[in-house]
Amino acid sequence: MSTPGQNSPVIWPTAAGTDRASAKVETTRFPFSEHVLGWVLPISLLLLWEILARVGYLPVNWLPAPTIVARTIYQLGVAGDLWKHLAITVIRVATGFLLGASAGTFLGALAGYHPLACKLLDPMLQAFRSVPSIAWVPLFLLWLGIEETSKVALISVGAFFPVYLNLSVAVRHVDSKLIEIGRLYRLSSFEMVRRIILPAVLPEYIVGLRSGLGLAWMFVVAAELLGASSGLGYLMVDGQMTGRAAIIIASVFLFAVCGKLSDWMMSAAGAKLLGHRAR
Amino acid sequence: MPSIDSIPATGANSGQMQKRLRPTCAGGTVDIEITCKSFRTAAQALPVLRNIGLTIHPGEFVCIVGASGCGKTTLLRIVAGLETDFEGAVSLDGRRITGPSLERGVVFQEHRLLPWLTVRDNVAFGKTGEQKPGKDKVASPGVSHYLDLVGLSEFAEAYPHQLSGGMSQRVAIARALAGRPEVLLLDEPFAALDALTRTRMQEELLRIWQAERTTVLLVTHDIEEAVFLADRIVLMSSQPGMIRRIVNVDLTRPRDRAGYDFAQIRKGVLQEFFMPPTPLPAAPEAE
Repeated sequence: MSTPGQNSPVIWPTAAGTDRASAKVETTRFPFSEHVLGWVLPISLLLLWEILARVGYLPVNWLPAPTIVARTIYQLGVAGDLWKHLAITVIRVATGFLLGASAGTFLGALAGYHPLACKLLDPMLQAFRSVPSIAWVPLFLLWLGIEETSKVALISVGAFFPVYLNLSVAVRHVDSKLIEIGRLYRLSSFEMVRRIILPAVLPEYIVGLRSGLGLAWMFVVAAELLGASSGLGYLMVDGQMTGRAAIIIASVFLFAVCGKLSDWMMSAAGAKLLGHRAR
Repeated sequence: MPSIDSIPATGANSGQMQKRLRPTCAGGTVDIEITCKSFRTAAQALPVLRNIGLTIHPGEFVCIVGASGCGKTTLLRIVAGLETDFEGAVSLDGRRITGPSLERGVVFQEHRLLPWLTVRDNVAFGKTGEQKPGKDKVASPGVSHYLDLVGLSEFAEAYPHQLSGGMSQRVAIARALAGRPEVLLLDEPFAALDALTRTRMQEELLRIWQAERTTVLLVTHDIEEAVFLADRIVLMSSQPGMIRRIVNVDLTRPRDRAGYDFAQIRKGVLQEFFMPPTPLPAAPEAE
């Protein structure tokens, strides 16, 4: 008993120490170089763009230098216009996404859980899904007016389908062997949903929510391009009308940042919900 | 650990059980009387089980052995209450089985642990719906007791994907026991494990059975497993599944797999399967 007890502190720390040291070298070197590699091309292109624009090779009303785009964003920010447009766009996306995702969750769960509901709902919804999104615009404008409602409706349609599809398929494909465990412990329908089905479909549901959110950002551009007096999309139209390319590029950049940020938030929330489990 | 003396032996069936000197829980008698069980396909009804009559005594360890497709799993599912569409009656301590219940714990061939729960929470899941009225049971032991019992206390916070096959199956056994079942039903629980792990798990199961004193009904196609574990082995023939013979295994435990008596019984069981079928309506108990 005492011999391994005395030996182990001598042997293990050195072994573990060298292990950790070598591991550290590898973990720091590879990600570092990968990060650098990932940045090489974008930064070179930005530099090239900046130089070509400065030299005058790229006309400023066609492709202004990155620094000019940055200055445009800064100026819009100082003037307050940026925040107004950004806020209204974010509100539209949030409302539309919330409505569409809620409807998608409800109908998706229903169609997945109940074979009858699936037979009733799914063919119709699949037919609607094949309608190109922009095709709804004239109808929504006619029905709901040019104000917020039509835009939010369009965004909801975009967010609805990925959530509906992912959830209904996931619910339908919950492992019947786990459902049987629920039966074995005599779970009520509600408990079955809460303790077996919901946790089982969570990964697919989060994927659905993420693609729904992505489509919501896509549809807000469509909605704002086609008739708006505010929002990032309006800013783009405004830039186009007044021939200011910097504003268009600034808006594109801001859309990218917003989309990425909201997706990152959603995926972080999802990772937290999923915890340590591996799927 | 509850001491053996603290639990009174019941009067019923104690005579037969006396030889094992193992007092049993208050209940655990399973009466199986199935006249017919068939699966309906679009065209016809396929008979799966026919004329199954079997009584399992409290605290007894019974193995059902048969070729795949002989209906042994279906028989177990009927006792579990997962299959209710059959002709006949199955009862536990005189109460007819009409559906699943905590008094019958089930372990499947796959562990069927919930991947999003830790080992501890999976075992705790087995206590779901525990408080039943009208049962004078002692306050049931906590989850930790069952984790101790299967030797996985240190893995309480692990997730199923972090466990080996044998460990997962131990958790599944702990989950089945956590509901304080009178009968433990196991459907080829070690079939997916490697030979070494399977041998160790068989010894573990015997230890757990002796500690918890439940009645055990285990389905297997492994004859050695059955001879090693069972008090009685029920041999089934196929299509439709019928009881071909019941073999008493009067070997003291721990059993020596390499011993002469062990080999004799195993040989006898094996021969039974390769003899021309002679269906016996009332299977006499061989020694």
